[in-house]
Amino acid sequence: MLRPILIAAFLIATSPIFALAQDSSAETGAASVSEEVIVDATPETPTALGPLQAILQEHRNEVAKASRRTVDEVIDAVRAAKLPQGLTFLERWGDRELWQREEDGLFFFTEKADGQDLTLIDIDTGEAVGTISKGDIKQLKPNSGVRTVIASSLVASQLEDPDPARRRQALDAIERRAEKEHLEPLRASIETEEDPAIKARKERLLRVITISFGQTTETRVDAIRSFSQDLSLDARAALNPLVVTRIGYSEGEPEGVNVARTLTPGKDISREVAYKLLVDDEKAIAARTRAERKAALEANIEDGTVGGVPVSELSSQEARDRAYSSLVDEGKAPPFVTDETMDAELAKYTFYEAYADSNAEVTTAAAETLDSIDQYVGLNRFFSLVLDGLSLASIYFLAAIGLAITFGVMGVINMAHGEFIMIGAYTGYVVQQIIPNYTVSILVALPLAFVIAAAAGIALERLVIRHLASRPLETLLATFGVSIALQQIAKNVFGTQARPLTSPSWLDGAWVINDVVAVSYIRIAIFVLALVFFALLLFVLNRTRLGLEVRAVTQNPRMASSMGINPDRINMLTFGLGSGIAGIAGVAIGLFAKVTSELGQAYIVQSFMTVVVGGVGNIWGTLAGATMIGFLQKVIEFFNPSNTLAAQTYMIIFIIIFIQFRPKGIIALKGRAAGD
Amino acid sequence: MKFSTKSLRLAGAGALLATTMAYSPAQAADDTIKVGVLHSLSGTMAISETTLKDTVLMLIDEQNKKGGVLGKQLEAVVVDPASDWPLFAEKARELLTVDKVDVMFGCWTSVSRKSVLPVIEELNGLLFYPVQYEGEESSKNVFYTGAAPNQQAIPATDYYLEELGVEKFALLGTDYVYPRTTNKILEAYLKDKGIPEEDIFVNYTPFGHSDWSKIVADVKALGADGKKVGVISTINGDANIGFYKELAAQGISADDIPVVAFSVGEEELSGLDTTNLVGHLAAWNYFMSADVPVNAEFIKTWHAFTGDDKRVTNDPMEATYIGFNMWVNAVEQAGTTDVDPVTEAMIGQKYPNLTGTEAEMLPNHHLTKPVLIGEIQADGQFDIISQTEPVPGDAWTDFLPESAVLESDWKDLKCGMYNTETKTCVQMKSNY
Amino acid sequence: MKNTFLARNPSVLVFILLLAVITLLATVFSEAYGTGLLPTNYVKILGKTLCLCLIAIAMDLVWGYCGILSLGHFAFFGLGGYMIGMWLMYARTEDIVIASMTNAALPPTPDEVRDAIGTQIFGVVGGSDVPLVWSFAHSLPIQLALVVLVPGLLALVFGWLAFRSRVTGVYLSILTQAMTLALSLYLFQNDSGLRGNNGLSGLQNIPGLTDAPQSVLSIWFMWGSALALGLGYVFAAWMVSGKFGNVVKAIRDDEARIRFLGYSVEAYKLFIFTVTAVIAAIAGAIYYPQAGIVNPAEIAPIASIYLAVWVAIGGRGRLYGAVIGAALVSLLSSWFTGGQAPDLPLGFYTVQWVDWWQVLLGLSFVLVTLFAPRGIAGMFDRLVRKDAA
Repeated sequence: MLRPILIAAFLIATSPIFALAQDSSAETGAASVSEEVIVDATPETPTALGPLQAILQEHRNEVAKASRRTVDEVIDAVRAAKLPQGLTFLERWGDRELWQREEDGLFFFTEKADGQDLTLIDIDTGEAVGTISKGDIKQLKPNSGVRTVIASSLVASQLEDPDPARRRQALDAIERRAEKEHLEPLRASIETEEDPAIKARKERLLRVITISFGQTTETRVDAIRSFSQDLSLDARAALNPLVVTRIGYSEGEPEGVNVARTLTPGKDISREVAYKLLVDDEKAIAARTRAERKAALEANIEDGTVGGVPVSELSSQEARDRAYSSLVDEGKAPPFVTDETMDAELAKYTFYEAYADSNAEVTTAAAETLDSIDQYVGLNRFFSLVLDGLSLASIYFLAAIGLAITFGVMGVINMAHGEFIMIGAYTGYVVQQIIPNYTVSILVALPLAFVIAAAAGIALERLVIRHLASRPLETLLATFGVSIALQQIAKNVFGTQARPLTSPSWLDGAWVINDVVAVSYIRIAIFVLALVFFALLLFVLNRTRLGLEVRAVTQNPRMASSMGINPDRINMLTFGLGSGIAGIAGVAIGLFAKVTSELGQAYIVQSFMTVVVGGVGNIWGTLAGATMIGFLQKVIEFFNPSNTLAAQTYMIIFIIIFIQFRPKGIIALKGRAAGD
Repeated sequence: MKFSTKSLRLAGAGALLATTMAYSPAQAADDTIKVGVLHSLSGTMAISETTLKDTVLMLIDEQNKKGGVLGKQLEAVVVDPASDWPLFAEKARELLTVDKVDVMFGCWTSVSRKSVLPVIEELNGLLFYPVQYEGEESSKNVFYTGAAPNQQAIPATDYYLEELGVEKFALLGTDYVYPRTTNKILEAYLKDKGIPEEDIFVNYTPFGHSDWSKIVADVKALGADGKKVGVISTINGDANIGFYKELAAQGISADDIPVVAFSVGEEELSGLDTTNLVGHLAAWNYFMSADVPVNAEFIKTWHAFTGDDKRVTNDPMEATYIGFNMWVNAVEQAGTTDVDPVTEAMIGQKYPNLTGTEAEMLPNHHLTKPVLIGEIQADGQFDIISQTEPVPGDAWTDFLPESAVLESDWKDLKCGMYNTETKTCVQMKSNY
Repeated sequence: MKNTFLARNPSVLVFILLLAVITLLATVFSEAYGTGLLPTNYVKILGKTLCLCLIAIAMDLVWGYCGILSLGHFAFFGLGGYMIGMWLMYARTEDIVIASMTNAALPPTPDEVRDAIGTQIFGVVGGSDVPLVWSFAHSLPIQLALVVLVPGLLALVFGWLAFRSRVTGVYLSILTQAMTLALSLYLFQNDSGLRGNNGLSGLQNIPGLTDAPQSVLSIWFMWGSALALGLGYVFAAWMVSGKFGNVVKAIRDDEARIRFLGYSVEAYKLFIFTVTAVIAAIAGAIYYPQAGIVNPAEIAPIASIYLAVWVAIGGRGRLYGAVIGAALVSLLSSWFTGGQAPDLPLGFYTVQWVDWWQVLLGLSFVLVTLFAPRGIAGMFDRLVRKDAA
């Protein structure tokens, strides 16, 4: 049954008609296709083309397959015609609202009509001229490179547009691609600007582009100096190109260039690099590389010998060098470049680094300003690192605190803790499937995740852990069994795909302090959540009856039991509490990372580390452990930014060593409570 | 020790009613052609590979409805290497020697392929590998139906350079072979194109990395020297979800810092909300959104087969589709399922791909494939904004000096690693 | 002496006999030396299973007899594989490189050979230089020594640090797990010089034996594995049956008491930990040439946990228990995930073992630890005792 369909599909695919339909989206072969279009086109539009349409038809390919390199041509043509509809056209083209009719290649705007149909709107008159089925017309989608060029060309006219959105768009365009022509329109538009926010932005942007395009040296230097305490990216982006240097050399003192500093070969610049500059300009003989010398040897094999050395002996570099020397002596190969000849050649020249910009005043001002900015950047980087560390620490804290409670109270390692986190995350996902409003669903999911994970925890405690009370190592194994079973069940139920858990829109985005320091709201929310639970647990453990009993059981279960505390009940409640918090951590982690059945595993070892490093049975310990591990990881990442994996390895090694010195963790229980 | 009970073997194939119906127990084993399916159904890679297993089963099912191959029905033998790389070698040996399959479709990660290679080369098996990979390999016994770097990475980089005017590159990848080799090739390529070394930022993260705030901030900071920054991502699998969430959170729009991904397809996007990612890019040889009748038909069959009309299709599925159909045609042409005649018949096979052009199997066992660049849309699909003519796959990249001299040609040179300088075949077996 | 040893350990004789019978039977039915009923694939599985039994014995020594729940022994196993794998890869590549250079105009220099080997081995992972850790890879004797030395030293240093500061119980387990994770993360890095995530592959091709088919090699390796397992079993039985064994068991039961009796608990623990690490490494060195590839995923913490589970299911504190557990669980795993196990129709739902085997396995740990803490061997013991009574 499928075969005829496939054959038909094959025929269609290979037929020229199809190729034609397709090719409008393919890049090559366009020329031939458009010819065919013209031949095949049945002239349904007898009227003469509008003036804009006519221009566009001249540049049909450049419009239909707009590329950053050819789009200027179209824009220039449209602008040159000075048509009133030209600007609208450019705007709408950039907004991806231009369509091309397949049968004749004419361009239209469209509006939605009934069903699959679209209303065609003439690009010259703006009037509806008919309807067309969606299949017969193609939307043109200029890529972002093209859109940047279009937007940049529209800046002058949009800067004073009555619509503030358009004015903001123009400013965006300048930020993306500033040009000399933008300077004057921008300056002119500031006075009439009414919106204070846009006005401020315009004034700032004016200073930024003055750096590059200012007419006099003074205005440029003033603009440059005005940014000395500003670490925003666009200012730095304008300044940095000014201080770009290249390496050059001259006989005697360098002249006619804006020298940044002179270089001593062998110290500021490697001798080989300096020498290569000379070689490239044919001012010196190139040093022969090993491969080149080998090629010379191969080219000079005569009767099984090269330069008097038998080929069979040439299996060492020393013998090859010997053979090559004799080739040099015979004049069959260019000589070696020795260190002495290299030094002698280098000594003839002065090497220097010169700014590309020849205006020394500007480059000096830029270099100084950048130095001053760099100090601020450094400071802010440090601050940013601290925030990153805090954020990671709060995630580790949330993931580990539940484990710390159960581990502390019962001395039991719960390997399934990670799976309780996973349960929480999946709860969040399921709730979101039922309640489409993200805000409401998160508010429902958090307590629900707590309840479900706590129930699972209590079940685990009652069914398994209680029966293994005095055998902690076996508890580890049994809970591990539970862990892999839960993981696989999650896989069977939810599939192996990652599931979406989307944060409400008020948690989207980031709190941007400046262009260096920014924290996403979701991380702030997790931080707050961690603080809340920290406070809550401190309160519960230190200020409530339950906390008192928990602490009693932690320190001495037998004594506690003889004082009328039911340790079984306490164990069950603590386990439920610990697991419930894991569930909440799961929702939080799912929001900023991903929801998969392996989510828990990713955090379990880190959680153990946190608990062990921090010290068991103490919330302050977990806090200290999470803080230490989070910051440590970030600091190592900071020093080794290109390899995050290495950071994790070093961190674990550090922890292993740390435990040697504080086997009971940072905050160890003291006295009798510390008994094993 | 003898586990081999014929009827039981099929059972592992899963709850695929269609297959079970197509397989009539009355047929003697000799009347069927056995097709091995070597994709992980459990473990970390199951997330991606299960889909391909289903694809092969669907294709077999369709082929059987058309009367099978050489008048025989096809029979799937599904095993689960469980994302365990040594197990891939063990299961491949089992498929070849115990089940005696005629062809295998399988593997996703490079390491699994490298694990299987020595086994299939020793036993002269036949493997179709459907995933984009890092190249630098060409085995007599493997047909690579996914993209080589010059069919995905290089054209995407060209797009950056030419269309978006990117001057500074951040190459972000997961720390394993594919990103490492791809980035090495790209670095060489970019230097060739005049991008200085200090404008190429490279970072590797572990599998499943989730804490992206610092890396994304670092990328943002690259813009400080006034050059347009573009990200080339070879981040693998789940880690992408955290990465894109962080991109969205830090407000990086595709117009400012575009991200082009080589490992993010429809499947990966189904795990997150894409409204904030609209405009970021991916480069593949196929997108589900390709507006072509064969593709519509393929998607329809897929939905009918899985009974789920929300299941997405992706690039490796298309690669499996092309590979499978080429194999069927090669077998028909050779008149046998024996490996040597079939591999010979495979070279030069042509088959329409799902994006409206035609794929051809080259003598280096790679395909010609068009390169598509798509923009992420709010519905998790890709909007195809650029499509090239089919590009021939290159087993050995031209941009690394040690590989540039190597060539693969199984038709005339009969060698997968031929050194054009010394005019010798470096080795007949593959590098693993 | 030998008599008394065997008399004290009746299981040793039975075990050796059984092992010999299985190995012989496998050979008789093998493709290379026998009727061909048993495909090479199964010979390899058998050989690998024997290696797993050996590491299970090591685990039983350290956990079942000495009470140290190490979650790191698979790290030593993997390291052993890496050490032998380096030689296997290097030597094989060297042969290929030299063969390909025979036609060159000039005979290659040692540097050129080394560079070509580097490109060949590390080209696939985006490198080309031979890293420093491969300095001895050309030499089989040195790498064989490293199989013992590297994991042994790691265990010695780690154990010394851990036992010295009296880390015990679950803390120690977590610490060993951390060590395993650190090692596997380190190996996952490309910069480790051991080919990152790809690991070392093609190990089943033994340099110098390229003409021997896998059917023959698999038999040799199976015999090698059986020999190692037999020796390991006897050695372990000898260790635990003497006075040394009594002290070790006493440490498990009450560490403090033994310390007060004047024994150096730390030294005993360190010795056991290191010796078992070496046994694990040897098992790994025999295992990976049969598996064909060793990579960091093998060392992941979960593998070591599985090892503990094998021993728990088989029965701790009994050497044959460890062997039974390892063989049974690993073979069952392979059967259930291989797609050969029949589906289980429940009417409303069909259980597919590929999906549900992990669940079954997980629950079986729970059940075993809850209801049969001595594992299969424990039940077996009870039966034997009943018979004797």
